[in-house]
Amino acid sequence: MEQATDRVKRGLAEMLKGGVIMDVVNAEQAKVAEDAGAVAVMALERVPADIRKDGGVARMSDPEMIDAIIEAVSIPVMAKARIGHFVEAQVLQAIGVDYVDESEVLTPADEENHIDKWQFTTPFVCGARNLGEALRRIGEGAAMIRTKGEAGTGNVVEAVRHMRQITADIRALSTMGSEELMRAARDLQAPFDLVQEVANSGKLPVVNFAAGGLATPADAAMMMQLGCDGVFVGSGIFKSGDPSARAKAIVEATTYYQDPLIIAKVSRNLGEPMVGIEIDTLQDSERFDKRGW
Amino acid sequence: MIGILALQGDVREHELMLEGLGVSTRQVRKVDELDGLDGLVIPGGESTTIGRLATLYGLMEPLREAIAGGLPTYGTCAGLILLADRLAEGTQPLLGVLDVVVRRNAFGNQNDSFEADLPIHGMIDPFHAVFIRAPWIDSVGDSVEVLASWEGHPIMVRQGHILASAFHPELTKDQRVHHLFVTMTKEI
Repeated sequence: MEQATDRVKRGLAEMLKGGVIMDVVNAEQAKVAEDAGAVAVMALERVPADIRKDGGVARMSDPEMIDAIIEAVSIPVMAKARIGHFVEAQVLQAIGVDYVDESEVLTPADEENHIDKWQFTTPFVCGARNLGEALRRIGEGAAMIRTKGEAGTGNVVEAVRHMRQITADIRALSTMGSEELMRAARDLQAPFDLVQEVANSGKLPVVNFAAGGLATPADAAMMMQLGCDGVFVGSGIFKSGDPSARAKAIVEATTYYQDPLIIAKVSRNLGEPMVGIEIDTLQDSERFDKRGW
Repeated sequence: MIGILALQGDVREHELMLEGLGVSTRQVRKVDELDGLDGLVIPGGESTTIGRLATLYGLMEPLREAIAGGLPTYGTCAGLILLADRLAEGTQPLLGVLDVVVRRNAFGNQNDSFEADLPIHGMIDPFHAVFIRAPWIDSVGDSVEVLASWEGHPIMVRQGHILASAFHPELTKDQRVHHLFVTMTKEI
């Protein structure tokens, strides 16, 4: 019997495909998310919109709160560690979370290095803006990728940009001759063996979800049509007027993403969406997607 | 034509496996997509999510009728849970067509997920089985044949035209379990 193999780590993400992973800050919200049909919940202390508003250093959540969420739901529980903060990740593994998100939404603990994720039993998901970044994270042991988007803005534009970039990068690789791949690896700043693998298979070696700024059922469906395997919704649900209704609607839109009539039906009367932020109004220092490399 | 319930989960891996065996597939998200199928796969995923969507979109009763009426069906992991008659703990929508009591997340959380070589009844070589937050079966009815067990718990069963496993053959290259299922769809 073998545990913590690539197949087992990446396999859980395969099971989450076509689903919605929702940010929650307590057991009550976790239950709302599960009842709405979430495939997993992401435990964090404050949703990204509040991290933006409150400022200060954003860290791993209180293990007591994460325990309460694990206790409350039967679906997988993920939790965030700061970029490079391997001890937060050790703690999250020790208390038995199902996935660790090494997340730019929290304040980075190391500006040079991400966590060596191969050292862990618990699988990791990491954010990426392009193929090179995705392959660097996979090279460090990430078992799942998500777009960075721009979390806490309710503005999907960056998630779209990152997804389109990853797709375009993969398309470019798959048209190259084998002799061109080393230069591609240099340009992408990515491990050569992973560049070869993507060039041959035409896809990422792990599941890729959309994240960062999704706020509506149509946002989720668009990201699915752009080729994502599933979606994360952070502030978009519990910062909206009617979280339960919005959560259910986003779940349905993610499954029936090719059916505009169903998306129209579930988009009716959802109440106020979260207030969005125009990305151009953010200073570079306020942009989470610039964190990590 | 084999349908794959495509509300959520590892639909693509089942498609690839079946296509590799020369079988055509169709994703099933709506009731009318159940028409004319020779078999049905319920994939791995989150059983709570799949059950909720199936209920909401009016699929539970047509699925129950089709499977109880003889449609050959194979469920992996979440699929096993949805097919089951009862849960050892908790309540959620179930099809109740397979006479077993299932325990969800029986092996523990993701850190307890594993892969192992598993002897399966009727197969000469062991099968490399991948268990991910897997359920096991607490007890089975008289009409259910246990094809494999792990640490004393049944994890693969057959009841006539219904096949179910707690593990994921679709995450491996080994076609034998899917081949068994395809053979079942041709027996009817």
